[in-house]
Amino acid sequence: MNEQAGLAVEMRGITKQFPGVLANNEVDFSVRRGEIHALVGENGAGKSTLMNILYGLVHPDSGEILINGKTVQIAGPRDAIGLGIGMVHQHFMLIPVFSVGENIMLGREPATGPDFYDRARARKAIAELTKRYGLALDPDARMGDLPVGLQQRAEIVKVLYRGADILILDEPTGVLTPQESKDLFAVLRDLVKGGKTIIFISHKLKEVLEISDRITVMRRGKVVGHLITKDTNEEEIATLMVGRAVLLRVDKSPAKPGGVALAVENLTANSDQSVPALKGASFELRYGEILGIAGVEGNGQSELMEVLAGTRRATGGQVLLAGRDITTMDANTERDAGVAFIPEDRRGTGLVLSFSIAENSILGRERTPTFSWRHFVLNLIAIRNWALKLVKEFDIRTPSIEVAVRNLSGGNQQKVIVAREIGTNPKVLLAAQPTRGVDIGAIEFIHRQIVRERDNGAAVLLVSAELDEVRSLSDRVAVMYEGRIVSIEPPDTPEERLGLLMTGGGSSPSMGRRPAGPEGLEA
Amino acid sequence: MSAIGDILHLLITANLWQATLAAAILLLLPALGGTISERSGVVNIAMEGMMLTGAFFGVAADLAWHNPWLATGVAMLAGALMAMVHAVVSIQFRADQIVSGIAINIFAAGLTVFLINRIYGLQDVGHVDQSALLPNINVPGLDQIPFLGKVFFQQNVIVYVALVLLVLTHLVLFRTRLGLRIRAVGEHPQAADTAGINVFAIRYGAVVTSGLLSGLSGAFLAIGISNTFVPNMTDGRGYIALAAMIFGKWTPFGAFVACLIFGLGQAIYDNNSIIHISPYLLSMLPYLLTLIVLAGLVGRSIPPAADGLPYVPGSE
Repeated sequence: MNEQAGLAVEMRGITKQFPGVLANNEVDFSVRRGEIHALVGENGAGKSTLMNILYGLVHPDSGEILINGKTVQIAGPRDAIGLGIGMVHQHFMLIPVFSVGENIMLGREPATGPDFYDRARARKAIAELTKRYGLALDPDARMGDLPVGLQQRAEIVKVLYRGADILILDEPTGVLTPQESKDLFAVLRDLVKGGKTIIFISHKLKEVLEISDRITVMRRGKVVGHLITKDTNEEEIATLMVGRAVLLRVDKSPAKPGGVALAVENLTANSDQSVPALKGASFELRYGEILGIAGVEGNGQSELMEVLAGTRRATGGQVLLAGRDITTMDANTERDAGVAFIPEDRRGTGLVLSFSIAENSILGRERTPTFSWRHFVLNLIAIRNWALKLVKEFDIRTPSIEVAVRNLSGGNQQKVIVAREIGTNPKVLLAAQPTRGVDIGAIEFIHRQIVRERDNGAAVLLVSAELDEVRSLSDRVAVMYEGRIVSIEPPDTPEERLGLLMTGGGSSPSMGRRPAGPEGLEA
Repeated sequence: MSAIGDILHLLITANLWQATLAAAILLLLPALGGTISERSGVVNIAMEGMMLTGAFFGVAADLAWHNPWLATGVAMLAGALMAMVHAVVSIQFRADQIVSGIAINIFAAGLTVFLINRIYGLQDVGHVDQSALLPNINVPGLDQIPFLGKVFFQQNVIVYVALVLLVLTHLVLFRTRLGLRIRAVGEHPQAADTAGINVFAIRYGAVVTSGLLSGLSGAFLAIGISNTFVPNMTDGRGYIALAAMIFGKWTPFGAFVACLIFGLGQAIYDNNSIIHISPYLLSMLPYLLTLIVLAGLVGRSIPPAADGLPYVPGSE
């Protein structure tokens, strides 16, 4: 309280009850002027609710908010903007079909005549801003055509254009490449030098330690810790977040690779937009190893996984499963051949949200003799026992197996998929973004399951946007760029080198050259 | 053979094109309304009902006060009130917008018939005097241009108004601040909200505007082109306008082109006496064109991204 003059934001006793969830419970949160303050916690800890309250998108049941020492009422984003608060949302608040300029100006557009949008003045205002903060942007580009890094930059410029002094960034690095993250941090440091205050929401502890001055940790709607960044470490933060000691490193013994499980040769496939996305990927995956694919999203990883899983048609090349050609097999046949698939879009393709846990636990296997009588009548008792076994074995937190998976948390939904896919002891496990949007506790669990599968002799192909996950889980790392595997690296390769390879730099071979990893993939 | 010859002969008469423009304008007004509404993210298939309501109240007001301008105002207000129902149901209560639209169309058909019986008895509302109709205006000088004069400058007053509204709608949607905000709300209401734009106000305004325009079209139909109200006199024109809006890819001028094509079909049918084709076949023409359009033969058009999705503040 005695430091009030130096506080940009002070939230006292904030409580917000949502149906069935106490999202914020007597939360006290304060940010000093000119600092980068990290707000960390697991999904559902209440970080976003707290920030939505500060930005006026959600109204608290009780509590008060002080901005620069003065009590304020924030009824909506307009009030927040008026108080100098700006928010860069996790899911960008950008309109892809509008120009960059229109997106930045929206809500505070310069006008001429009766109400005509003044493009010239808009362009000038943006040029001034981008020059002052060193954030180059083309105001006439179509927003949807820009890479995510630039889209985020546009979001930041948008917030600055509204005169924000306090910037809230919600999971800003979730969609960025390592290089883009680095650029973002440089921008944030410059902004703080220029007198701005930044609230940085994240669950990536390394980043939090790198960029922040102070840290507030939330768990289950409550603040459970105030930390000073230079006096803390990853383990301490993680323990506070989860409420118990968490193993951050994946604990695994060296791989004992066996024979070749999957041989992928010059594989090509088109994206949903019917343009080539996979342009001749070749690699080998062995039993008993985890091969991680690192790459900026959209470089063909999704298409690769779908072709291997049988849900997308290859346009060329070959896939051999233990010597047998499975290139053109559909998903059902692949499953029968022992290929399990954890898809990246868990709500869209991994689960039927309105189905129960029991029903979801047999998706794709509903015609097998175990679960049905003559492919026709479901064996409900067998399904029930199976679901109960999975719930127990995979620690799925649910009141019953009849609950619709829609009502489970993201982590538990993911566990349902992982349980279903691993539960049948597959020969090959395709895991796409297996821990995306999942809490630290559940991540630890899923990682252990994947390693256990490997130790049981399965071949695991892992795709993840999280470079840390790829490096800590994989036995070998394949870097994918523009639809090809450009290099195979050991997992302890420095992040900088992987980042470079992922963006087409480094020692990546030029077009047409066959990739050859340092470990000599060609047998 | 002779039928084709008849049509070709018809196509070079100024009368046909004059009728085409008038029929197109009748569709254009609700199509503009639909375009505005859907650009703001509210699916609106209730133009038919709003038009019909406007037509009825326009006639009723004109019979009572013998003033076509006042009657037109009443018609627009009636359309706007129907639109308000759609707005409250779909914006405030986040109901399914298609269901709400269908309900309004059915309600309008029932309401107008009910009111005819209540106020006028039986089925006959009576006829509006020639002097109390929306007047045809010949633009002095220009109306003497051969062919074009008849087509463009010997038209009902509403035709001129609608052409001005067409340009105005285009300018507002694509050149002004307001238009940018309307489109933003229809593409990504969360983004608009966080930029400090009042999503609900924009959507209410847009839906009510669609009611005003549909009501205006109803007035044009009942006390401009016709001089009385008969049950279901809009005859599916609100739906054809909907098709025109989609055909026009949610742009005013695109919708206008579509309206002209549908209007031509209507005009050919209206002049069927000189064509030796069954009038029953010809009467299918506008609807057939609508079906072809809606079936996507003109290419896929992409609606505003948040079209039909209710906005829940604070959602992702």
